[in-house]
Amino acid sequence: MSYNWNWGIFFQLSPDGTYTYAQLLLLGAGWTLATSLLAWAIALSVGAVVGVIRTSPVPWLVRLGNAYVELFRNIPLLVQMFLWYFVLPEVMPQAIGDWLKQSANASFYNAVICLGLYTSARVAEQVKAGILSLRSGQRMAGLAMGLTLPQTYRYVLLPMAFRIILPPLSSEFLNIIKNSSVALTIGLIELTAAARSMSEFSFQVFEAFTGATLIYIIINIIIVNGMRWLERRVAVAGFISMGQPAAAH
Amino acid sequence: MFSNIDWDVIIRALPYLFFDGMRFTIMLTLMATAGGIVIGTLLALARLSNMPGLSHAAGAYVNLIRSMPLVLVIFWFFFLVPYIGQWLTGAERPIQVGAFLSALVTFTLFEAAYFCEIMRAGIQSIPRGQVQAAQALGMPYWTSMAEIILPQAFRNMVPVLLTQTIILFQDTSLVYVISVTDFLGAASKVAQRDGRLVEMYLFVAIVYFIISLAASYGVRRLQHRIAIIR
Repeated sequence: MSYNWNWGIFFQLSPDGTYTYAQLLLLGAGWTLATSLLAWAIALSVGAVVGVIRTSPVPWLVRLGNAYVELFRNIPLLVQMFLWYFVLPEVMPQAIGDWLKQSANASFYNAVICLGLYTSARVAEQVKAGILSLRSGQRMAGLAMGLTLPQTYRYVLLPMAFRIILPPLSSEFLNIIKNSSVALTIGLIELTAAARSMSEFSFQVFEAFTGATLIYIIINIIIVNGMRWLERRVAVAGFISMGQPAAAH
Repeated sequence: MFSNIDWDVIIRALPYLFFDGMRFTIMLTLMATAGGIVIGTLLALARLSNMPGLSHAAGAYVNLIRSMPLVLVIFWFFFLVPYIGQWLTGAERPIQVGAFLSALVTFTLFEAAYFCEIMRAGIQSIPRGQVQAAQALGMPYWTSMAEIILPQAFRNMVPVLLTQTIILFQDTSLVYVISVTDFLGAASKVAQRDGRLVEMYLFVAIVYFIISLAASYGVRRLQHRIAIIR
């Protein structure tokens, strides 16, 4: 291969004058983690609500929840990013639109909201599946004990459902980290974007991408092990955690 | 709010959007699916094989690809494919590769890792007794795979494979990062030329939504039919 390898490039100063290339990548990894964690908070809370709604006995709520999931699942993430970043400020009233466009870190907040809602539809799908996998007797027993429907969800159904769907949820969490790289299209300098700009400045393309790949693998390993620990920690005796993480991405 | 929307810009761009953009998207989706399923099935067979080196190598590849974001994989192959071409042809310099070929190689090899996991689940869903029965009848490995195991595994996994294809169809929009003119790329070029971002991106979203929704509805119906037969 006619390519000049230079692994020392990581310790050279990048054109911004303050950071080395290695620090640049780590800074990108920081943005990746910040985006993913905030988006995950949105995804988990909105996804739980939508998932519960879809198993409720109120037909129009079920339809609303289904429509929400279909809307966010059937538009590519990149197109959703563009809708939030380019289209939303234009269709808002002038003052709000200008404020949206001019706020500092606009691409970061856009990425968090977009990624959070996109993933919430997938979390909702898992939450619904988790609740439906419980025996219907559990809901009936909860109601027969005199709990209201919200109480039945809070104390009976959701604690079990979340334990059951922990493996697919952890693979959704891995997905959100990978998907955060799409935010580079709206100008967020997360890990992939940092590797891309390092490759452009230094011309050491493959070193840059190898560095980013290694960081992604390390993040992956940490999360997989953390989730395994969590699964053991919250396991209920007599219930074996079911299923493998889903093969979606 | 929507007062100064100009829908005419979409009408004028329609031929470009669909004959250039959507054709690229669909071609890429179909060819990458076909290639991905073939390579993915071979990877699955390698992962399930008794040869330790082979199964570990296949497993390492699948896990590596699955822990990387698609955008990063697209960048990797965009720069790597010219060198692979040089290595294959023995040329003196990295060879020039067109956008379509680069994207095709990327998506085929990327999706192969995901199709591998699906086919592995499909193969493992076939009772072990069938493999043993084939062996007892004296069938060679490849005959038993091709005649007995894989047709059933494939059939069981058709809904999942199709769902993965819909995901792939949406994912192809990411070739935007290497400035390829797929459906989204075409729309984005028109949007920037005419200064009509709102109209173009809304239109793109609606088209993707309709196609994906119709396709996933079709997969769900197919799933019901298969479920009844079994």
